[in-house]
Amino acid sequence: MSEIAVNVEGLSKQYRIGERNSYPMFREALIKAVSAPFKKLRFKLAGKQVSKTDLIWALKDVSFKVDKGEIVGIIGRNGAGKSTLLKILSGITEPTVGYADIYGRIGSLLEVGTGFHMELTGRENIFMNGALLGMRRHEIKKKFDEIVDFSEVEAFLDTPVKRYSSGMYMRLAFAVAAHLEPEIMLVDEVLAVGDAVFQKKCLGKMGNIAKQGRTVLFVSHNMAAVRSLCTQAYSLDAGKILYHGATHDVVDHYLKSVKSPKRLKHYTLDQRQDRLGDGSAKIVSLKIEDENGDEIINSSSRLKLTIGYRSEKPILHPQFSATIYDFSDIGLISLHSERTNDLPEVLPPEGQVTCVTEPLYITPGRCFINLALLKGGMRADYIEHAAYFDVEAHDIYGSGKLPERNWVVCLRKYTWSTVGNKSE
Amino acid sequence: MDSSFVRRQARHGWVAIDFTELWRYRELLYFQAIRDIKVRYKQTFLGALWAILQPVMTMIVFSFFFGKLAKVPSDGIPYPVFAFCALLPWQLFAYALTYSSNSLVDNANVLSKVYFPRLILPIAAVMAGLVDFLIAFFVLAGMMFYYGIFPGWALITLPLFTLLAIAAALSVGFWLSALNVKYRDIRYTLPFLSQLWLFITPVAYSSSLVPEKWKAVYGINPMVGVVEGFRWALLGKSTLPWSMLIVSVIATALLLVGGLLYFRRMEKSFADIV
Repeated sequence: MSEIAVNVEGLSKQYRIGERNSYPMFREALIKAVSAPFKKLRFKLAGKQVSKTDLIWALKDVSFKVDKGEIVGIIGRNGAGKSTLLKILSGITEPTVGYADIYGRIGSLLEVGTGFHMELTGRENIFMNGALLGMRRHEIKKKFDEIVDFSEVEAFLDTPVKRYSSGMYMRLAFAVAAHLEPEIMLVDEVLAVGDAVFQKKCLGKMGNIAKQGRTVLFVSHNMAAVRSLCTQAYSLDAGKILYHGATHDVVDHYLKSVKSPKRLKHYTLDQRQDRLGDGSAKIVSLKIEDENGDEIINSSSRLKLTIGYRSEKPILHPQFSATIYDFSDIGLISLHSERTNDLPEVLPPEGQVTCVTEPLYITPGRCFINLALLKGGMRADYIEHAAYFDVEAHDIYGSGKLPERNWVVCLRKYTWSTVGNKSE
Repeated sequence: MDSSFVRRQARHGWVAIDFTELWRYRELLYFQAIRDIKVRYKQTFLGALWAILQPVMTMIVFSFFFGKLAKVPSDGIPYPVFAFCALLPWQLFAYALTYSSNSLVDNANVLSKVYFPRLILPIAAVMAGLVDFLIAFFVLAGMMFYYGIFPGWALITLPLFTLLAIAAALSVGFWLSALNVKYRDIRYTLPFLSQLWLFITPVAYSSSLVPEKWKAVYGINPMVGVVEGFRWALLGKSTLPWSMLIVSVIATALLLVGGLLYFRRMEKSFADIV
């Protein structure tokens, strides 16, 4: 029987909705402390229970075992509970119910560059970050040259990292983390850094870690990486294990499930305050879906935007514009009705317009939409970052491999072949 | 069986302090404190001179208004030395009040991404304050030499009073940093709190002004014992107000233990709500 590295039993984590964003004020706490006994009494008298509706399970009854030396992939949509799971395993947060037993020294890499300080030099940050990740000073000293070598920033070691390019910064941060030597390593999405060459190097490093017989739990959206690194995988959805088994099966199953329809994504925008324009006409709603009405937008979806608007009077010479940006605010696609010229000259005071695109063919990742409504060339309304949507991976090449967003945006179908092959 | 085994599960109620773990992370404590110091004086024009400038300026203002104009009695000690001697531990305490209390909130991103004993942060902030304390100490030594004041045998008790000052600083650090995560009002209270606390501490005046029957109550403020202890150990003229000191020591101990327990109790939710 092989030795167990991680044993998770009935692990569950409950969050209060909005707990992360709203800070209770001291005053409210005082009022609560005074009024709570009365409230309780009233509830008791009325035979009611305290409302449980604002509680959600980020993780619900998750159990699994990982053997020593195994590389396990954890995949799932945003909000499926992957990160919560790693946070519990690394000790950052506590589970509500259940437990996780960990046999061996654990190290986690949940975000590259956490704890880096802009004012400190590269050298200082290596020591600082190493200590933060649980390395001892003599370990860091021993690994120092290796880290510097890996990160390719020797020349800038004594420069504050605020003067680094983002690529250099990421390389150094990954280098420190990659030289941790825990028996069990938790990794969350770290491969999404740097250029393609460095990503390949990172992937190679991860592979080496695996070969040294260490246990790795690897959370990623990068299906190609999961496929190439992991032997076993778990697919999480809504806090539960949906599927588990050999990596290939789990990835296939996940990619299929991603296509299944979910609730519609509908944005109400009339309450948004951060808008520009003369206000004579207003964008009030936006629905994002694919042409078939699925909320899941994948790399080859035809995007369908439905914009609701309202105005006092009929709108003369209306123009609608939706611009899609990527995470770093680089414009990807502009959908402007002036160019296609397919909206009527006059629109009724209230209504909806819709725009359907060709297949997007863009890499998986988050996209933001800016919306504008123009009236006779004058800007009536403009909302920056009116909404966002996540483009999910779609296996358009049938190989389970897609390039990453931080490398390229556009996808195209293509074929490679040999030239002058007579056998055709 | 592996030597390092942990079980992650919900801990309810009060949680003991894991000193072995803290010891294991001592290097992080050191780096964190060094970082605080380095960052504080990077890109400042005067650099570490600030550590001297702040208490010296305060001392000058106090000497002029309280010493010269208001003629506040200073137990027969030249007023500037009298005030500066108290400002030394006060600065340490005030530093902790601000930086230690904000240490968790200021490191929110780290808290939610990396595990380490959370106590490191408020402790490191107090340690960083100790550097300013040491620098200012040399200024005091110079002033005492100038005024011809030489400490007696009581000087050997100074480390004890320094420890008391550190304990007082840590205890407010633990309480307020943990509260600050949950209640962001704390952040806005801090400048006000530190101002108020300065007035109820015998920095600008002597505790001998406090009526005898109120002295024990007055001592509940831990800084009363610290400041009078410093004056007694270094300047040696006044007699040590024992009753006040004992009350201060007990108050500090209670505040420190309570702070530690409260911190540990709240610790598990830091990453979720910070």
